[in-house]
Amino acid sequence: MSSATATMEPRAYHLPEEPHLHEGHSTMLGFWMYLMSDCLIFAILFATYAVLGGSFAGGPGPKDLFDLPLIALNTAMLLFSSITYGFAMLAMEKNKISATQGWLFVTLLFGGAFLFIELYEFSHLIHEGAGPWRSAFLSAFFTLVGTHGLHVTFGSIWLITLMVQVAKKGLIPANKRRLMCLSMFWHFLDVIWIGVFTFVYLMGVLR
Amino acid sequence: MTGTLTTTQMIFGRLTWDSFPWHEPIVVATFVAVVLGGAAVVGALTYFRLWGYLWKEWFTSVDHKKIGIMYMVLGLIMFLRGFADAIMMRLQQSLAFNGSEGYLNAHHYDQVFTAHGVIMIFFVAMPFITGLMNYIVPLQIGARDVSFPFLNNFSFWMTTGGAVLVMCSLFLGEFAQTGWLAYPPLSGIDYSPATGVDYYIWALQVAGVGTTLSGINLIATIVKMRAPGMSLMKMPVFTWTSLCANILIVASFPILTATLVLLSLDRYAGTNFFTNDFGGNPMMYVNLIWIWGHPEVYILILPLFGVFSEVVSTFCGKRLFGYTSMVYATCCIMVLSYLVWLHHFFTMGSGASVNSFFGITTMIISIPTGAKLFNWLFTMYRGRIRFELPMMWAIAFMLTFTIGGMTGVLLAVPPADFVLHNSLFLIAHFHNVIIGGVLFGLFAAINYWWPKAFGFKLNQFWGHVSFWCWQVGFWLAFGPLYVLGLMGVTRRMRVFDDPSLQIWFVIAAIGAVIIAAGIGAMLIQFALSIWKRKELAVEGDPWDGRTLEWATSSPPPEYNFAFTPVVYDTDSWADMKRNGYQRPLSGYKAIHMPSSTGTGVILAALATLCGFALIWYIWWLAGISFIGIVAVAIGHTFNYKRDFYIPVEDVTRTEEERTRILAAGV
Repeated sequence: MSSATATMEPRAYHLPEEPHLHEGHSTMLGFWMYLMSDCLIFAILFATYAVLGGSFAGGPGPKDLFDLPLIALNTAMLLFSSITYGFAMLAMEKNKISATQGWLFVTLLFGGAFLFIELYEFSHLIHEGAGPWRSAFLSAFFTLVGTHGLHVTFGSIWLITLMVQVAKKGLIPANKRRLMCLSMFWHFLDVIWIGVFTFVYLMGVLR
Repeated sequence: MTGTLTTTQMIFGRLTWDSFPWHEPIVVATFVAVVLGGAAVVGALTYFRLWGYLWKEWFTSVDHKKIGIMYMVLGLIMFLRGFADAIMMRLQQSLAFNGSEGYLNAHHYDQVFTAHGVIMIFFVAMPFITGLMNYIVPLQIGARDVSFPFLNNFSFWMTTGGAVLVMCSLFLGEFAQTGWLAYPPLSGIDYSPATGVDYYIWALQVAGVGTTLSGINLIATIVKMRAPGMSLMKMPVFTWTSLCANILIVASFPILTATLVLLSLDRYAGTNFFTNDFGGNPMMYVNLIWIWGHPEVYILILPLFGVFSEVVSTFCGKRLFGYTSMVYATCCIMVLSYLVWLHHFFTMGSGASVNSFFGITTMIISIPTGAKLFNWLFTMYRGRIRFELPMMWAIAFMLTFTIGGMTGVLLAVPPADFVLHNSLFLIAHFHNVIIGGVLFGLFAAINYWWPKAFGFKLNQFWGHVSFWCWQVGFWLAFGPLYVLGLMGVTRRMRVFDDPSLQIWFVIAAIGAVIIAAGIGAMLIQFALSIWKRKELAVEGDPWDGRTLEWATSSPPPEYNFAFTPVVYDTDSWADMKRNGYQRPLSGYKAIHMPSSTGTGVILAALATLCGFALIWYIWWLAGISFIGIVAVAIGHTFNYKRDFYIPVEDVTRTEEERTRILAAGV
């Protein structure tokens, strides 16, 4: 009965009005997929480190090189920057421009501190003759940690760009969306770093 | 790299006057031909004042249809280059017997076989399938464009940038002589100190960015932009296979990127990932590259499985048999393609258990693939088959691909593989599936969707000539390679000692010539059809199609559909026709569209320049172009106005024009 009436009534095969797809409707999904593809790059670098991490070629190993208190400080910098980014997002939700900018700036400072300590560590290692060319272990170490550092560097450039854009345009939907993307990126780098800290530094010293 | 640098070295890196291969007459002749041809094209474009039109309407366009066509053109041009390499190899191998060295020296020959593989996979097959997906998928799901139109344009130009770098290597320096996957330690700086491998790395890196981004773009499009009513299980099969192929792209190209980064660090920074000493492990590279490489072959074939599904159901006038099983088979293949990579190097010596695992997973893939084949056959069973060109290619595919699949199962048996590894049997196998699957599928797709894209059909006669040349030529060219492979002849050989083998190579060369005739016939087919386009003109739905892309005009207007379609059934256009759907003649609205931008072209040009500078160690240029990329990208984000409305008058005018044509046709 109901199917009979359904065939009787002509189906509407098009929408009479333009469907309103809001601007940036796919951005979050697209950015998530980008992050996952980036995650795969890190997966490969972790796998490479897992395979080559014991190939010291007669050179120094993790126990000789890693300065855990320094790395702990570094980790703290990055984790704090994630918290402050979270505060920035909370301020953004309340449409408080200056608070958002303030927290973003604090995030930038923590990110900068992280990068500074990492560069210090790298230069120290190279100075001791433990550069990336010394052994496969060091090649894998520098590439994994360095790639993460490079991501933080680009994240910081992006952060500065967004601060300028928020200053110019305020917290318009486009800027909020961009801040959300950077937020995901920044927290993603945190997750990666926790992997690096555990897998490379802690387990390296334990082994 | 060390020591004091002269001023010229500072400015030009290792690029010198001798980088041009003056001593290779074949290359010099090619170069002259390319310069003359290029000058003719540039001259013609200038004479007819087409630069502005090309720049405004094509290069900077974010319209997925135009980008799709540009991808196809890129694929076609590179296909001619890749095929030139192929026929050079066939000629060399058929000549180099009885003490003859053939006509190619080892340095040149090794570049030719490497370039052939790289070009055919990365710059022919990939642009072709990306172009196809770009053009068809938004139309099939009733969308106006892709999710990220600017990224789409950028992706295309990055792919083109990679192709430009490969073409550069022909005339400046050299290309890699390592085989298409550039295994270390051969591809390391110790054994390949010149520019070849660097060209390989940067061409693939530049193009790879484009491929990854276009993968993300198409997934987002399919997930987010389907017409109302089109649930996942109502999507056309081509859209399904495109979705799976793009998931594979996003989940595998980053692996290629990372692996090539490690190789370039070995070459540029002196690290020891894949070196023989200091703890490096070359087999690590082989594993990594095939973890990308095996999904890659499914990236290539899956969309074409979708094409065959559309073609078979259209030309049999039936709903596809086993739609659901087709979708599940595609998804199974997608997952399984990650679990087989080691079958490319059973001879690594990973032991019986590991080899058995990968041998078994490989054989399991033939089950969903077989299911697909039976689905196509059952669709044909009791169908009213129309033997149009796309259907002919589909049937040729079923025969050819099945045989190729069976030799694949033979190779999947590890003990057999120990005998056949790196032999011509392997070469015959993968050409059997790539030509029989990917290329035949592309020809089916081009013949099928050409009227959609341009509003006229392709000439049948020359299509038939091309078809039969390909069928005969293919078996003549690759049948002998199976035989030779079973006799133990390995791949990538330049000269041979055993004169009894020559006859097989001569037959293969004849086959290649017949294939060349097939390609020629196809080019004639295109040219003649464009010439006679008035006579071949068709309206929106020339094949009695079943899916949404046929619901709009051919070629579709910029906005694809005047009204967003609503979907109730799998074959939604067939459903609409069955229920007597009437095209609306009034009530048009203004349509929201993305604006064109030249940023994609500029960014890709800078990236290509950066790659070129890195290949030639021109550090200052690499630095400047990299900073340029970052600056232009940031500058682009300051542009907040990226869309516009097509005014309702324009929509009305376009649609009323179509109404008039439709009325005249009746």
